[in-house]
Amino acid sequence: MYNKKQERRTFLKNTLLTGIGAYFGMPIVFGKNLPAGMEPIGLSDIEYPLGLPGKSDLLTVLNDRPVNAETAAHLLDDALTPNNLFFVRNNGLPPRKVDVNTWTLTIEGESAMKAKTFTLAELKSKFKHYTQNITLECGGNGRSEFNPPAKGNQWSTGAVGCAAWTGVRLADVLKEVGVKSDAVYIGYYGEDSHLSGDPNKDAISRGVPIAKAMENESMIAWAMNGQDIPMLNGHPLRLVFGGYPASCSGKWLSKIVIRDKVHDGQKMTGKAYRKPCKPVAPGTKVADEDMCIIERMPVKSLITYPKTGATIKTNQSLPIRGHAWTSADAVKAVEYSIDFGMTWSTCLLSQSSNKYAWQQFSATIKFPAPGYYEVWARAIDTDDQTQPMILPGWNPKGYLNNACHRIAVKVA
Amino acid sequence: MENQNRPSFWSGFMSTNWSILITILSVFVGAIIICFGYLFLEDDIQKHLQKKELTPAQLEKLTQRAEQRISIAAEEANWDKVVDGIHLRTGFHADPNLQTIISACTSCHSSKLVTQNRATREGWETMIRWMQATQGLQDLGDSEPVILDYLAKYYAPKATGRRAQLDLANIEWYILELE
Repeated sequence: MYNKKQERRTFLKNTLLTGIGAYFGMPIVFGKNLPAGMEPIGLSDIEYPLGLPGKSDLLTVLNDRPVNAETAAHLLDDALTPNNLFFVRNNGLPPRKVDVNTWTLTIEGESAMKAKTFTLAELKSKFKHYTQNITLECGGNGRSEFNPPAKGNQWSTGAVGCAAWTGVRLADVLKEVGVKSDAVYIGYYGEDSHLSGDPNKDAISRGVPIAKAMENESMIAWAMNGQDIPMLNGHPLRLVFGGYPASCSGKWLSKIVIRDKVHDGQKMTGKAYRKPCKPVAPGTKVADEDMCIIERMPVKSLITYPKTGATIKTNQSLPIRGHAWTSADAVKAVEYSIDFGMTWSTCLLSQSSNKYAWQQFSATIKFPAPGYYEVWARAIDTDDQTQPMILPGWNPKGYLNNACHRIAVKVA
Repeated sequence: MENQNRPSFWSGFMSTNWSILITILSVFVGAIIICFGYLFLEDDIQKHLQKKELTPAQLEKLTQRAEQRISIAAEEANWDKVVDGIHLRTGFHADPNLQTIISACTSCHSSKLVTQNRATREGWETMIRWMQATQGLQDLGDSEPVILDYLAKYYAPKATGRRAQLDLANIEWYILELE
């Protein structure tokens, strides 16, 4: 019944599409690229009219086609980010239908000893399972603060989350297939489609250097916090690379290529996920060849309690807490300031369960007098890197903003 | 006899009975509209014809669905309205050239990708060139200067210095209950 009705509506829409162009008085720019069953938004059902599937209504939706939604800082208070609150950064359109019984992953490429295809069941039965807490952060998290503005989704602080990922080590699977000694990079391909609907274009096909692929924490995962990965986060299979821009962690994973050169898939080239090889002044135009691939993400922290805007009484102490994460071995300290960075106090800090897991910090603050305060937090990692108070190096695409997080507090 | 009469009958009909022809055409068009209507509403019509005794649970489900449809319809009716200079459906600034903007800028991606960004006219032009070079956007022809003027007017950058103040206007102050 449902299918019959859907087919009929699709037929009606396709029939009406021609007329709609006439109504607007101009051609629909990509009309000829529209695949069957896809209509211009605004004309029909928006992509997800009843909300994002598997996601909380509390997420801040920056973009609904492709879906990009972030999590407000105070909603990230859990030690592990719940699946329905984990941010979404899609470059294309997720596959419409996923059949876990027929889903396969193929490993091939110039530097693969052979090509090999695994079903999901084979992946699960052939290799040892691991569950690791790994933080994923979009390379553009914090972009909204850059000035001059950088184009793209204007993330504030919420394109980050940490989940317990269950799957197999990527290295185990690559070794099973065989990696030639000339291997340089791995690249991924997923089953999402390009926004224009052009089947010859990939929405995104990025990857990591072979040494990163071989790390113990680099995973092919099918579960997140003990459940299926949400559809918008890559169900049924995705890569997980902690410490690198989350765009490296390919979703709806169906193919991995072992390359004898740096992978050149969609969004590996040009300016995407790249920063100037040498620092530049704000607003500088940088040629493509002077842009270098972003690998490691910087140290960062987020105050998740209280929510910004808290008002407390003069005699009360304010408990604060949050998370800190890094691409180095670990975060070794987190400090807070209530005087705009003049003095810093040390927070309590938990040990990480494994590399790339975010660590929890907490402190109790006594304020000297009534008034307006900002609580700032900064993390310091085992490489002695810390967070700047103003914006770090401006770059044309607005990546890598790890300026300290700030919340507003009034003592009345 | 019949064979001889037919041509003269038709030519006579064509010259004198335009109104009948138009009536026939209208009937055809009407029939097509009814067919489309039936295709769209088939389930509802059939449901109506075979009225069944409904259990309270089914009734509640139907009521819920109806309410949902009404709320969606109400929302859609509001969609093309402009409130405080903002076109509700797209979030774009209202402007005489709004339809040009909608058809050029929302075929592939959401209007939100436009409204959340800020750039100079030159910056917006760079984005259009990038979409043309890599994303399959066609030549915008005469629309391009109209689109660029619109974007540069409503979505221009603001000077925020090296780091903006916390956006105090948008902070919801609340009393934090502490034990």
